[in-house]
Amino acid sequence: MFRNVTELVSLAEQSQVKIAEIMIRQEIEVSGQSREEIIAKMEQNLAVMEKALERGLNGVKSQTGLTGGDAVLLQNYIKSGKGLSGDLLLDAVSKAVATNEVNAAMGVICATPTAGSAGVVPGTLFAVKEKLSPTRMEMIEFLFTAAAFGFVVANNATVSGAAGGCQAEVGSAAGMAAASIVEMAGGTPRQAAEAMAITLKNMLGLVCDPVAGLVEVPCVKRNAMGASNALTAADMALAGITSRILCDEVIAAMYEIGKTMPSALRETAQGGLAATPTGRRLEAEIFGEPKEKLKDYLVASIS
Amino acid sequence: MKYRSAFDIIGPVMVGPSSSHTAGAVRIGRVARSLFEKQPKKVDIHLYGSFATTYKGHGTDLALVAGLLDFDTFDEKIPDSLKIAKEVNMEVVFHEEGAIPEHPNTVKLVLAADEQTLEVIGVSIGGGAIEIKEINSFKLKLSGDPAFLVMHQDKFGVVSCVTSILSKYKINIGHMEVARKEKGDMAIMVIQVDQKIEDTVLNEIKELSNVRGVIRMVA
Repeated sequence: MFRNVTELVSLAEQSQVKIAEIMIRQEIEVSGQSREEIIAKMEQNLAVMEKALERGLNGVKSQTGLTGGDAVLLQNYIKSGKGLSGDLLLDAVSKAVATNEVNAAMGVICATPTAGSAGVVPGTLFAVKEKLSPTRMEMIEFLFTAAAFGFVVANNATVSGAAGGCQAEVGSAAGMAAASIVEMAGGTPRQAAEAMAITLKNMLGLVCDPVAGLVEVPCVKRNAMGASNALTAADMALAGITSRILCDEVIAAMYEIGKTMPSALRETAQGGLAATPTGRRLEAEIFGEPKEKLKDYLVASIS
Repeated sequence: MKYRSAFDIIGPVMVGPSSSHTAGAVRIGRVARSLFEKQPKKVDIHLYGSFATTYKGHGTDLALVAGLLDFDTFDEKIPDSLKIAKEVNMEVVFHEEGAIPEHPNTVKLVLAADEQTLEVIGVSIGGGAIEIKEINSFKLKLSGDPAFLVMHQDKFGVVSCVTSILSKYKINIGHMEVARKEKGDMAIMVIQVDQKIEDTVLNEIKELSNVRGVIRMVA
C-alpha cells in the first residue's frame, strides 16, 4: 500500500503503468473484489457525476435562494464568444459550479472528496473530455488517479473543512483534479505529482467560512476557482514546470496550516465571510426569522 | 491508515448539501423506521444543537422524514419527503429543543402507530456516519467496531441461537448487551463483533423463530 505521493509515483514508474492502475490494483487487494466489480463501481459514480452536472447546466436553485443559475450564465457567456480566459477553462468552471449548485439544491452528487468540494473533479473531467475525447475507461481512470492522490491527502493530512479549512476540501479536490488532467493528457506520473503540488501550494491557507453554515456561499465559487487552479497547474506541469517543494511536503504544510487555523475559520460560521455584515444579514434572513413565521412553516409542512 | 478505499475518496453518492446534516440524517430516520418495522402514523422529531438551529437550510428535516419513509441517502425523492409523508398519512411534528446535547447533531425520534411506540436517539457524527445512542431509553454503547441489533421475543434460548450462528461463522463477540421492556415482551440484543459481518450471517439470524428483526448498526 502506498503511503505518500513519492511512493505512488515510484510504484507507477517501476511498473510502467498509470497512477490510476496502481490505485485499481490496491483496491483489488484491499477490498477482495474483482477488477471488473471495482471498475463497474467507479463507473456508477461517473454516471452520477455526469447526471448531476447536466442537471446543473439546465439551471437549479437552492432552497434558500443563495445559489443557483450561475452555471447557466457562464454557458451562455461561452456561447457569446466573448470569453477571455479560454473556452475550456470557462467550461470547466461552469461544470464545477453546476455540480455544486446541484449539491446546494439537494440534488444527488458524488462526494469528491467531500460534498462541499464535489464540483472540481467532475467539472474539469467533463471539460477536458471535450478536447481530449477520452474513452469511458479513460474517464474512469481519471477518477482512480484522483482517488490515489486524495487517498494520500486523507491519510497524511485531512480532507475535512472542520479540521483543516477549505484548503483541505477544495484545495485537495483541485490537486486531485490537476494530477488526473495531466495523466489524461499523456503526462508522466511525476508530472501529475508536480501538478498536484503546484495546485495545492496555491490553495494553502484557504479558510472554511460558509455563510450561515450552509454549503453554498462561498463554496460554489470556491469550486469554480479550484477547477481553474487545477487546469492552470496541469498546463504548467505539462509544460515541464516543476515545484521546488515536494508534493508530499506541500501536503504536510497544508496539514500544519490547518492545525494552526483558528476554529472560527473551520466550518463554524463564526469568522471570515460568515461574519461579514452581509453574511450575518443572510444568516438572519434564513434562520433568524421570527418564531411565528417558523411556526407557519412547520404547520405548512405537516398539515 | 484512516482511509483504505478509493471509494472513501470518490464517494459516497448522496443527496446534498452536507454529508453530516443530510446523508447522516437520512440514515438515522431509516434505522428508526427499520426498528419500527412499519410506517408510523405519527412521528415527533425533537432536534437538538446544530440540528435545531440549522435544520431548515440543510434540509435535515426533509432528510429525517425521507429516512422515516425508508428512502436511501441518494433517493431523489428526499427533497419532496414532507409532501410524500402527507400523501401517505404520516404525520410529522418538529420540536426545536433548547437543551444542549452531548454532540451538536442530535435528534430524538418518537414513532407511533396504534398502540405501538418507539423512541430512538441518534447522532450524526460527520461524513454521513451515524451513531444510535438510545432505543426506548435503552442506552447503546457502540464503538467503531461492526455491530448489529436483534429485536426478538423475550424467550429462553434466543440468545444462544444467535450466538451459535456467530460461532459457526467464527465471528468473535467483543461486547454484547441484552434488554427488555417487560418479561416476555419485546427484547433487544446489541452485539459488537471483531470482524465484518456478511449479509448472509444476518439473514440467517433473521430467519430464527422469535427473532423479529436484525439491523446492522455499524458496518
